Amino acid sequence: MSKITRRNFLKVSGASMAVASAAAYTPFAIGGAAKKVVVVGGGMGGATAAKYIRLMDPKVEVTLIEPKKTYHTGFMSNEVISGDRKLESIEFSYDGLKKHGVTVVTDLVSAIDPDKRVVTTKDGKSFPYDRCIVSPGVSYKWDAYEGYDESIVDKIPHAWDGGPQTATLRDQLAAMKDGGVVVIVPPPNPFRCPPGPYERASQIAMYLKANKPKSKIIIMDQKEKFSKQGLFTQGWKRHYGYETDNSMIEWLSSTTGGKISAVNKADMTVEGEMDTVKGDIINVIPPQKAGAIAHTVGLTNDKGWCPVEGKTFESTIHKNIHVIGDAAIASPLPKSGYAASSEAKVTAAAVVALLGGGEAPHPTYVNTCYSVIAHGHGISVAMVYDYKDGKIVKVEGSGGLSPMDQTDEMRAREEQYAHSWFNNITNDTFG
Amino acid sequence: MGTKIKMMSAAVLTSGMLLSGAATASGASAEALGITCAGCHGFNGSSTGPATPHLAGASQEYVVEMMQGYKDGSIASTIMGRIAKGYSDEQFALMGEFFAKQKLTKPKQEFDAKLAKKGAKLHDKYCEKCHAEGGTSAEDDSGILAAQWVPYLKYSFADFHGDGRQMPKKMKKKMKKLNAKEGDAGIEALLNFYAEAK
Repeated sequence: MSKITRRNFLKVSGASMAVASAAAYTPFAIGGAAKKVVVVGGGMGGATAAKYIRLMDPKVEVTLIEPKKTYHTGFMSNEVISGDRKLESIEFSYDGLKKHGVTVVTDLVSAIDPDKRVVTTKDGKSFPYDRCIVSPGVSYKWDAYEGYDESIVDKIPHAWDGGPQTATLRDQLAAMKDGGVVVIVPPPNPFRCPPGPYERASQIAMYLKANKPKSKIIIMDQKEKFSKQGLFTQGWKRHYGYETDNSMIEWLSSTTGGKISAVNKADMTVEGEMDTVKGDIINVIPPQKAGAIAHTVGLTNDKGWCPVEGKTFESTIHKNIHVIGDAAIASPLPKSGYAASSEAKVTAAAVVALLGGGEAPHPTYVNTCYSVIAHGHGISVAMVYDYKDGKIVKVEGSGGLSPMDQTDEMRAREEQYAHSWFNNITNDTFG
Repeated sequence: MGTKIKMMSAAVLTSGMLLSGAATASGASAEALGITCAGCHGFNGSSTGPATPHLAGASQEYVVEMMQGYKDGSIASTIMGRIAKGYSDEQFALMGEFFAKQKLTKPKQEFDAKLAKKGAKLHDKYCEKCHAEGGTSAEDDSGILAAQWVPYLKYSFADFHGDGRQMPKKMKKKMKKLNAKEGDAGIEALLNFYAEAK
């Protein structure tokens, strides 16, 4: 407690400081004019924030700017790849937000001026704001591997944003011969949806087992361990012969042959440190950083992610700009859709309070995340978070993984709850 | 046991009311806590299914008792035990306060009209005393059964009949009679009746 940070200072000095900060945070108190919030990005974070601000204070004018006309979720896109679900079922329009009074603009944000408080777009439009919420998701490090860049996604899709590439990967899988090899290259930490690559391997294995049982999946990981590893491994043993001679899935950690240096599109190979592996399908999920606009505006640190204050998600670099979702450094909250939604609600409450000249209320956050390993086999991880001493902290004793000794009945329920999670979180966000 | 829970909840209720008045100073408000549940339990507690139960319209005490049961393990769960361990009794009371105020948006579920008719009669005979008004009422701090998601009701029946959840004394008696007279077909009829509720 020896260092007096801005936050500590705020806490100890109490009411007098609150008045001062309110003045500092809301400079243009334009005599009674409606407050303006501009939300950049219409994914889970941005859409939830826009909706909940309108619900919490209908006097606030909210504009959401997003280049795509519809949003495809990343979560549950693995069920599209396995053929269990149609691509349309993970596609959502912004009509719901419009009903809540959000102005939705289809355009790409090209710049944000933090001093003048203006967002400008590719089409040359300007949007002044009192507070701006940036929820840009992730962008990809296209220079991470030799021979790999954005131009090859038609042939080697990452399919890490739900949408056209999800369909490409699905089509490739449907067209693959029995006995084919699918190579999955998960990224190093940190990245969006930590269990996602392993759920993807599970869903692909489920499809192959039923349709092309001589096929194999090789996961060339850039890490030594992964999310829900014990539960995935257990599920793979049960359903896909994992660790037997007949295993459908082979997982190579970064030090046991997983680490790759190059991708060759022409002969469909991945160059590992030990072996060059040929795939009928190659799914490289590239290393990640905050979405492009966060870099343009200078909201990122030297690692490429956005530092924020955990109570309000206000950038610690630019005032009056809040960064939420995958782009934000909100650890111990993970980079997940549920976490983005939870951060968005905390931020909506903070923004409404701050616009009104008050103090941000005490936040509370939750993450829940499901993965479906096979039909009737769902697993989950959950955590409750609080805000203490200027930091987001896990609530001790809460959360954790589905138990390893779970009964079949409970695993089946978790699959049903996974699908309920999908329906409810998307309705909460876009409905 | 019943009285113990009642007394505990009464204490929680009082502190809950105190807390919600001064939520911003001391902790997260009822609304802040309540809206974090939406991702699984639906916007304002009306679940879009297929399995996660609605919370909208549940009584405050019902929410508190369920969360306490999940937390101490006396009610079986997949994920709720892990989540409930993240909150205090005061916070359960605030969540209950939030959900008690919400109006349930009833979903459309498939049902067999003939079975539903039979279920209506069985409900009147065996369930109505506590789950009043055709299972739509949250009074008596019973769970709302009408329009609840059928898979969730099935899980609950299974837990009650196994060792996943204890039935209150009155329910145990009624359930014994229902099982003896109607068997699984009786439960099936009830489920169709609850699914029919609009």
